[in-house]
Amino acid sequence: MKWEAVIGLETHVELQTASKMFCGCPVDFGDEPNTAVCPVCLGLPGALPVANEEAIEGILSIGAALDCTLTESSLFYRKNYFYPDLPKNYQISQYTFPLCIEGHLDVDVDGTSTRVGITRVHMEEDTGKSTHVGDGGRIHAAEHTLLDFNRAGVPLVEIVTEPDIRSADEARAYGLELQRIVRTLGVSDAKLEEGSMRFDANVSIRPVGSTELGTRTEVKNVNSLRSMQRAIAFEIERQIDVMESGGTVVLETRHWNEDRGATTTMRTKEESEDYRYFQEPDLLPLFIDEEWQERVRARLPALPAERRARYRAAGADATTAAILVDAEGLGPLFEAAVAAGADPRTTGIWLTGEVVSYTRRENKAVADTALTAEHLVELAAMVSDGRLSATAAKEVLIAVMDGEGSPIAVADARDLVQVSDEAEIEREVDAVIVQHPDAFATIESGDMKPFGFLVGQVMRATGGRADPNVVQELLRRKAGA
Amino acid sequence: MSSLADLDIAEAAAGLRRGDHAAVDLLEAVLRRATITEAHLHAYLTIDHDGARAAAEQADRDLASGVDKGPLHGIPLALKDNMCTRGIETTAASQILAGYRPPYDGTAVARLRVAGATLVGKTNLDEFAMGSSTENSAYGPTRNPWNTDTVPGGSSGGSSAAVAVGSAYGGFGSDTGGSIRQPASLTGIVGVKPTYGLVSRYGLIAFASSLDQIGPLARTVGDAAVLLEAVAGWDPLDATSYRGDVPAITGGLDAGVEGVRVGVVTELMGEGIDEEVRAATRAMIDRLADAGAIVTEASLPATEYALSAYYLIAPAECSANLARFDGVRYGLRIEGDTTEEMMARSRAAGFGPEVIRRVLLGTYALSAGYYDAFYGQAQRVRTLVRRDFAAAYDNVDVLVSPTSPTTAFPLGERTDDPIAMYYADVCTIPSNLSGDPAISLPTGLDSAGLPIGFQVMAPALGEETMFRVAAEVERLAGFAARPFLATDEVISA
Repeated sequence: MKWEAVIGLETHVELQTASKMFCGCPVDFGDEPNTAVCPVCLGLPGALPVANEEAIEGILSIGAALDCTLTESSLFYRKNYFYPDLPKNYQISQYTFPLCIEGHLDVDVDGTSTRVGITRVHMEEDTGKSTHVGDGGRIHAAEHTLLDFNRAGVPLVEIVTEPDIRSADEARAYGLELQRIVRTLGVSDAKLEEGSMRFDANVSIRPVGSTELGTRTEVKNVNSLRSMQRAIAFEIERQIDVMESGGTVVLETRHWNEDRGATTTMRTKEESEDYRYFQEPDLLPLFIDEEWQERVRARLPALPAERRARYRAAGADATTAAILVDAEGLGPLFEAAVAAGADPRTTGIWLTGEVVSYTRRENKAVADTALTAEHLVELAAMVSDGRLSATAAKEVLIAVMDGEGSPIAVADARDLVQVSDEAEIEREVDAVIVQHPDAFATIESGDMKPFGFLVGQVMRATGGRADPNVVQELLRRKAGA
Repeated sequence: MSSLADLDIAEAAAGLRRGDHAAVDLLEAVLRRATITEAHLHAYLTIDHDGARAAAEQADRDLASGVDKGPLHGIPLALKDNMCTRGIETTAASQILAGYRPPYDGTAVARLRVAGATLVGKTNLDEFAMGSSTENSAYGPTRNPWNTDTVPGGSSGGSSAAVAVGSAYGGFGSDTGGSIRQPASLTGIVGVKPTYGLVSRYGLIAFASSLDQIGPLARTVGDAAVLLEAVAGWDPLDATSYRGDVPAITGGLDAGVEGVRVGVVTELMGEGIDEEVRAATRAMIDRLADAGAIVTEASLPATEYALSAYYLIAPAECSANLARFDGVRYGLRIEGDTTEEMMARSRAAGFGPEVIRRVLLGTYALSAGYYDAFYGQAQRVRTLVRRDFAAAYDNVDVLVSPTSPTTAFPLGERTDDPIAMYYADVCTIPSNLSGDPAISLPTGLDSAGLPIGFQVMAPALGEETMFRVAAEVERLAGFAARPFLATDEVISA
């Protein structure tokens, strides 16, 4: 039987706001444990939450970027469960009437675009951090647990997709695109390894052609997009094995073990909790009127998909466009340079090639190099009018990034400007013909074998500065070839 | 009966400015009263001798140097022990918070300090404000100064007993279903539940967040108004606090009731209301009519279901509000082999039976499969109650009723019968469900010599009219009786 995977993703994104979701404590993870805390985020008796408007703006921008409907009236709920790092033993979250509903995100895998439906985007608060001490850090055998509440109350956005994803590759592409969007919005650094972006995957399989949903498992503990992809791929194969050997998939939460490259049972859903959601009486309903909604949409920066389309329209190919979006600072340079007349193809090759390798090698941001759009325009002009060879241009580019000056200044200082004055080159060509009459006679007779040799002799005579195109053209003309 | 402790706030304040007495004298008077009465009443859980003395001395120095902080300057007040006070033990009368000292003052407390008040101490209550008799305190009950075999009402029974007996000039409590008005009624003083949101709840240990409201207890309507004005107003730390201007509270006290439309709540004047209470209420209504009020009958049909709805909504909210008491960060901890066991043991040992009953009730009411039938249905009733009030206020300015269906009942009488105990709040709960303000004040004594309370209710932010009518009721009643314990003579019980 042929199987099809059905995958839905739940993503948590910590917003890097100035203060926490419901109190004035800073959102800061570098601090000593339990220093960024107050009566509210510690759940002390009598303390009350007040919603952070900056966080609401943040989630609305995410919702708008995902083409969601921003709901005019939205409610907070209490999600009740006991856990030591949850100070109030309930989490303020949303349930019915979340802030954003019914959006979508288009993701691209190998040139094929898939639309992933977004069910909802809602606002909640993060928990503290537990560190289990003794016996390998596992909770059940731990001697004691250390609690740090610095993270408790940090604004957390949950993004839930429809079960529209069909492969591990699509899941990864979704994750990457969502990460790009969140970073573009500037609301979070969205780092999986640091937990500011977290994915849970709901995975099921069904026979190809079926429209029913199979029993799903929820896969947790993926700490990178790569491990999410591996975990989902593993889980799909595991479920196919179970079904094909006559078993049934059990509704459960499974833990991804990175070292073993496998998922294992964490808890079955029969033990799952009843969260007893009810409307949070300490907070009023949120009203996001049309004016606010429009303000959020108007403030949206250019999103990755839009930027890719723009770069392509400006002359970049698909791969270049993708890199221009992903490598910070390249896109604006590209656009400015091309708009000022630089050749898009050459500029794209430089930016995605030399510039990216330079920034990686030097561990610098593009903005921290001396390179400007004007430099790119100048450099491109020098290449197109033959003053600089492609090879010399790359050398110049690196020197410019190092701060040695403008491309013209660098090329002059390093004596890299090509001789493209035909009369000057012709003198050298004539001299070479005199020095190598046999070779010249051979090409005159139509045998082009020594052609390259003669070009090389001219180049050598000019110290490599002659424009090879001009040299070739002159030689051909003189030989009547 | 001629002690300083028997002055009302207005008299004490005037005397301070005349130089008749100092703030420390007022404090000494209530402390001396407390040394006599506490043995009989147990109104206080904590008396902050040092803090109160320092505050009174500061008040005297301020006044001497021309700094006058207003009508509460130097006035000794009592605070219910569910109001967080920085560095002063705050237990909500629960074992689970024994020894707990909050690191901050609640907003109402902070405003009282700014107003120059002398905060005497923390008063007893039913554990986490759950009860109508103050018998549910983990530290023993408070008794009624009119008859120490009876309860002072609850849950703010400590504050009401202290104010009634003169071990404080005024006090604050919290009212979730009648917890200020009902004890005020049973102890013969004035108690106010303001409009929901008028007083910040920041620093009030939550029982049921959508119903809880801090309010004053005092011996006169005027004192109650002054106390309320000191704490009312928007607080950025409480998202549910009212952002608009505070309604005029003391403005209309002398305006009388000429032309004021008064509705008598039919459903709260019939069966279930004690005959003497009903008669006293009716008599006062007649006198209001004589004084020029336009009296009509008003019906609140959903009132019949209000009590049931309340006993689902309040427990549901409390089941979440009290979840934080888990032994992890503060309060009582009983160790266990696992975290879950530690939490369960701490809660089982730290909470009293009524609290456990309500947490279980609320947890059940919110559970999957039961939510709609219980919590959902209760919320629908709440909507009906609100509509009833709104419809009634189309035709009247205030509604009136008894505050409590009975006068003070004997200690122990209802402790084994929760339903009978819950019924004590039947007249007060509707205003909590609607969020509207209500005031209770004494109009007389029953044949057993126990005070009878009269309730005036008004639409949201209608405090001015409510106080105006209450002030007239106070004048008409001319209630001047004091509890037998209000004395500085040593009494053998």
